[in-house]
Amino acid sequence: MLHDRDRIFRNLYGFHDAGLKGAISRGAWDGTKFFIDKGHDWIINEVKASGLRGRGGAGFPTGLKWSFMPKADPRPSYLVVNADESEPGSCKDREILRHDPHLLVEGALLASFAMRAHACYIYVRGEFIREREALQRAIDEAYEARLIGKNNVHGWDLDIYVHHGAGAYICGEETALLESLEGKKGQPRLKPPFPANTGLWGSPTTINNVESIAVTGEILRRGATWFAALGLPNNTGTKLFQISGHVEKPCVVEEEMGIPLKELIETHCGGVRGGWDNLLAVIPGGSSVRCITAAQASDVTMDFDALGKLGSGLGTAAVIVMDKSTDIIAAIRRISYFYKHESCGQCTPCREGTGWMWRVLERMERGEAAKREIDLLFEVSKQIEGHTICALGDAAAWPVQGLINNFRPVIEARIDQYQAKHSKVAAE
Amino acid sequence: MTKKLIIDGQEIEVEDHLTLLQACEQAGAEIPRFCYHERLSIAGNCRMCLVEAQGVPKPVASCAMGVSDLPPNRDGSPKQISTKSPLVKKAREGVMEFLLINHPLDCPICDQGGECDLQDQAMAFGMGGSRFHENKRAVEEKNISPLIKTMMTRCIHCTRCVRYMTEVAGVEELGLISRGEDAEITTYLEQGILSEMSANVVDLCPVGALTHRPWAFNARPWEMRKTETIDAMDAVGSAIRVDTRGGAVMRILPRNNDAVNEEWISDKTRHVADGLKIQRLDTPYIRKNGRLEPASWDEALTLVGEKLKAADPTRIGAIAGDLAGAEEMFALKDLFTRLGSKNFDCRQAGDKLDPKLGRASYVFNTTINGIEEADAILIIGSNPRIEAPVLNARIRKRWRTGQLKHIGLIGANAPLTYPVTHLGAGTDTLAEVASGKHSFAQVLRAADKPMIILGQGAFARVDGLAVLALAAQIALSACEGKDAAWNGFNVLHTAAARVAGLDLGFVPAEGGRDAAGILRPDMQVVYLLGADECDLGASGGAFTVYQGSHGDHGAARADVILPGSAYTEKSVTYVNTEGRAQQTIKAAFAPGEAKEDWTIIRALSARAGKTLPYDDLTALRAAMYKTAPQLAAHDTVEARAMSGLGMLAKLSGALSPEPFAAAIEDFYLTNPIARASVVMAGMSALKANAQKSALKAAE
Repeated sequence: MLHDRDRIFRNLYGFHDAGLKGAISRGAWDGTKFFIDKGHDWIINEVKASGLRGRGGAGFPTGLKWSFMPKADPRPSYLVVNADESEPGSCKDREILRHDPHLLVEGALLASFAMRAHACYIYVRGEFIREREALQRAIDEAYEARLIGKNNVHGWDLDIYVHHGAGAYICGEETALLESLEGKKGQPRLKPPFPANTGLWGSPTTINNVESIAVTGEILRRGATWFAALGLPNNTGTKLFQISGHVEKPCVVEEEMGIPLKELIETHCGGVRGGWDNLLAVIPGGSSVRCITAAQASDVTMDFDALGKLGSGLGTAAVIVMDKSTDIIAAIRRISYFYKHESCGQCTPCREGTGWMWRVLERMERGEAAKREIDLLFEVSKQIEGHTICALGDAAAWPVQGLINNFRPVIEARIDQYQAKHSKVAAE
Repeated sequence: MTKKLIIDGQEIEVEDHLTLLQACEQAGAEIPRFCYHERLSIAGNCRMCLVEAQGVPKPVASCAMGVSDLPPNRDGSPKQISTKSPLVKKAREGVMEFLLINHPLDCPICDQGGECDLQDQAMAFGMGGSRFHENKRAVEEKNISPLIKTMMTRCIHCTRCVRYMTEVAGVEELGLISRGEDAEITTYLEQGILSEMSANVVDLCPVGALTHRPWAFNARPWEMRKTETIDAMDAVGSAIRVDTRGGAVMRILPRNNDAVNEEWISDKTRHVADGLKIQRLDTPYIRKNGRLEPASWDEALTLVGEKLKAADPTRIGAIAGDLAGAEEMFALKDLFTRLGSKNFDCRQAGDKLDPKLGRASYVFNTTINGIEEADAILIIGSNPRIEAPVLNARIRKRWRTGQLKHIGLIGANAPLTYPVTHLGAGTDTLAEVASGKHSFAQVLRAADKPMIILGQGAFARVDGLAVLALAAQIALSACEGKDAAWNGFNVLHTAAARVAGLDLGFVPAEGGRDAAGILRPDMQVVYLLGADECDLGASGGAFTVYQGSHGDHGAARADVILPGSAYTEKSVTYVNTEGRAQQTIKAAFAPGEAKEDWTIIRALSARAGKTLPYDDLTALRAAMYKTAPQLAAHDTVEARAMSGLGMLAKLSGALSPEPFAAAIEDFYLTNPIARASVVMAGMSALKANAQKSALKAAE
C-alpha cells in the first residue's frame, strides 16, 4: 500500500481547501521558479528519468513525447491538456479538476516551459460544469498571484485557456480534440503529420492527459529517482485508480503502479460484493480494453505491461468489477452501443462496423443467433481493429474480442437455451 | 528528392513529395479508392486504399501517407510496400464488406449502374457474398438541387461532394451532419445548392447517391455513343464528352483538360443538353404576309440569293452570333466580301475590341494555367463567377494556396468565391489606378506576376476602346521589368465564337459598318449568323435572314430562316478566350432539314452569283488557315509578349463616368440553346426566387 508521504494528490477527496492557499500549504507552487531557472531540457530530462508514462491510456513515455517538440521553430508551440475524460469507468481527472486544480495549473506551467509554449489550452469535457468552474477559479487565482500570465513571477509568460467541450467522446481523441478546439467538427485527423509537428492551428502541439501534467510539479520537487523508485520497472510512480462496479466501496484512490489487482480491490474497496469467489470478470482499464476473467484477475498486477500481456491494458486504470450476477453479454452489448453511438462516422470500418457488432450482440444477448455468428462477430471486430483513422475503432473492437475470448461458452449456452425454448414452441 | 521503394517486389524511384498511393500507381499497382481524388484534399476516410508497409504493424492508408513520412528501415534499405499481400487483400475485403452492408442492393434501378465505382470495386476486391443479416440503414431523402438527384441511402460517406463544394466551387453548402452510422450528407437547413458548378459533385460521387436529376432513368451508360468534343456555352472552351443514343444527345459530361477546365464544367455546359431538342429550327421558313411559313431549301436560298444580288453592296451586312464556328464565319465573310460588302461584325454586344491592334489586345494572355502563378489580380468590369465559372474556379484554386494575396475589383460588386477588394464602380477608379495614384497600382507593381482581367462589361460600351487602352497601360506598367514571358493583360470573353471572329477579321472593313450600324432601317439585307443578343428592333424593315439552330429572338425577327446546326452537330473550330483553337466533333445530326452551317453559306453563294471556291470542309479549312494561321494550331496557345499591347496602350479617348455594367444578367440564359432549355429556365427561376427571398430576409 502506498505510504501517505508518497501521495501526490493530497486533496483527492476534497477534504481540504482546493484554493491557492490550501494548495500552497500542501506544497504546490513550491520551487517552481527554481525548476524553470534550470532550463527547458532539465525538466524534460527529469520527466524522462522519472519513467512517467502517459496517464491517458496509451502509456507513451511523457518525457519522450515532450522531447519531440521542435526547439527552434518560428511557429508558436502549444500545450493542450486533455480533460475530456469520457471513457466509461474513468473518473480521476474530474477529482483533480475539482480538488487539486493547482497541481494541474502548476504542471501546465512547467510543461509549457519545457516545450517552449506560451499558451496552454485545457479542453474540459462538456458535462464537467463544476469541474470547469473549479479549474477556472484556480487559474484566476494563479493569474491574480502572478504565478502565470504575462510577466509572472516565474519569468515565463504563459496564458492558460479553458475550453469547454460539447460532450462528444471522440473529442477526447487528441487530434479530434484539436479540431474541436479550432472550432470544427470533432473528427480525428490523419497521422502523420503528428501534432508535435503540425497540431493546433498548424503549429507544434503536445497533448497530455490531466494526470500526466498534474504530477509533473511533484516529480520535479521530489526528484525523478523518488518517482522512479515507486512501482515496477518501466511502470513507475503512482497512479489514480478508479474502481467501480460490484465492489463494496467504489472509490478513486492513488496507489503505486503495479499493485496487484486483488490487493487494490480488497484494501481500498472492501472487496468484491459477495467475496472474491463471486467475481466474474474485470475490465481493468476503462470500457475500451478487453475484459479479464476472475482467474486472471487473481494474480495480475495493475501496470501497462502485465495487463498488456493478458491482451488487456491498463488504459486509464478505471477498473470495472463485475460479479457473477452480471449478464456479461449484456454488459458488453451496452459498451458496444456506446461506441456505436460515439463513432464519429468519418471512416468506414468504425462507422459501419460498430453498429453491426452492436446489433449482433443485441441478438446474442437473447440467444437469438447462430453459433457460427460468434466467429463472424470476432472477425468483424478484427476487420475494424487497426483499419481506422483513430483508436476508437480498436476501442470498439476490444471489448467484443474480450467477451468472445473469455466467455464464449456463456454465449453458446445462451444460444442453446434460446433454441431449446423456441424449438419446443415450434414443436408444440 | 527521390526515394527508393520496393513495391510488390519491383524497385522504383519516386519523388518523395508523392503519396504512397501515387507511388504505387507509378509502379503499376492498382489501388482501389473511394474518397481519394486528385483534385480534392485528402480525407483518408474510406480506408479502401490500405497497403502493407514493411515495419508498420497496421495496414497504411496509402492516399494519406506521404512517401517521405514512411519511417526509414534501420539498415537504410528501400522500404518494401505490398499491395497484393494477404493482409491487404483481407483489409480490402473487410472495408468493402462494411461499405456494402448498409448499401442498398438496388443496382438494377440505379442510374449509376455501369459506371459505379462501388460496383466495379466490389467485383474486383470484394468477397462476393454477404454475411450481414441485420436491417439495412435507410436515410431520409434530401432535396438539394433541381440538378442533383439524391438517394442518400446509397451514400458511402466519402465526402468528395463536401470537399468539392467547399474547396473548388467555393460554396459551403454541403456538409456531413450527425455522427457514426447516423452521419448524413446534406445541405444545412435544407437549402438548395446555388452554385454555377454544382453538378460536378455527381461526377465525383463514386456511388449512386448523387445522380443527374434531369437525365434520371433515361439511359444506361453502355447504350450511349460517346463523342469527345468542345463546349460552346462560354469562352473557356471546356473539354466535354457528348453521349448520344440514336440521334439524341442524352447527356454532356466533362473531359479532362488540365490546361483549360481540369475536369470541371459549369452547370450550363452540362445541363443545356435538353435545350438541344427544344425550339429547334428544322426546316427553312419564309415570311409571307407577316407570317413565317415553312419552305423548301430551294425556295429559301433562291430568295435570299436574289435579295443579295439585287441589293446595294454597301447596304448589306452580316452579324455573327456567340455560338458561330470559325468555319461558317470565314465562309460568310468571304461571301460578303465577294459581294462587295464591308459590313460585317462578330461583336454583337458592341464590344470595342479591334483585331488590328494585335492578338494580344483581345485574348486572355496569361492563359488559364497561368492563373496558378499569379499573385495579384485586378478584375475590371467582369464577374468571372458567372461569365466563366470554370476559370473562376481556377482563380479560387490559386487563392486557396495563399499565394494570390490581392484581388481587386472595379465594376459591379458581386459575390465571387474568394474575397475581393472592391475598388470602385467605373472609369474614375480605373483612371486613378492607371495614373498610379490608387493604392492598388502599388499592389500591382509590387507583385511578381500581376494579372489584369477585363470583362465585356468594361469594353462593350461607347468608351470601350479608351477603357481597354487604360487597362493596357495598367498592365504594361505593372509588368514592366518583370518576367518577360509573363503577359498580365487578359480579356475574358463570354462568347465561344468571339476570339475566332476577331482572328478572322470578322469586323467592319475600312469604311464598313459595325453591328449597331448594320442594324439600321436603311439596310437592305441583314444576315444574322446565330446573332440573337443584339438590338434587332433597330433594323426596322430591312430584309433579315436568320441562320441558326434555335427559334429565338433572331428567328422571330427574320424574313427568311435558314436552319443550321448546334455546336454538337457540326465540326467547327472554336477559339477560347486564351486564343486556344479547338475543334468540335460532330456527335449527332441536326434535326429535320437543318444543315451544317458552312454548307448553307456555300449553297447560298451559288444563288447569289458568287460561288465560294470550296466544296468540302477540308478545302474550306485550308483557305481559312491561310487567312488566320493561328486557327490551325489546335490545343496550343502561342507566347504573346507584353509588347503586343503597345498599339492599344497608345490610344486614348473620352471616358464616360457611367459604372461598368454586368455583361451577363442571368447565367442560365445567355444563348439561344440555354434559353430553349427547360432545365436552365428552372434554374434561372430558382435563383431569382432565392435572391428575392434573400433580399426579404435581409429586410
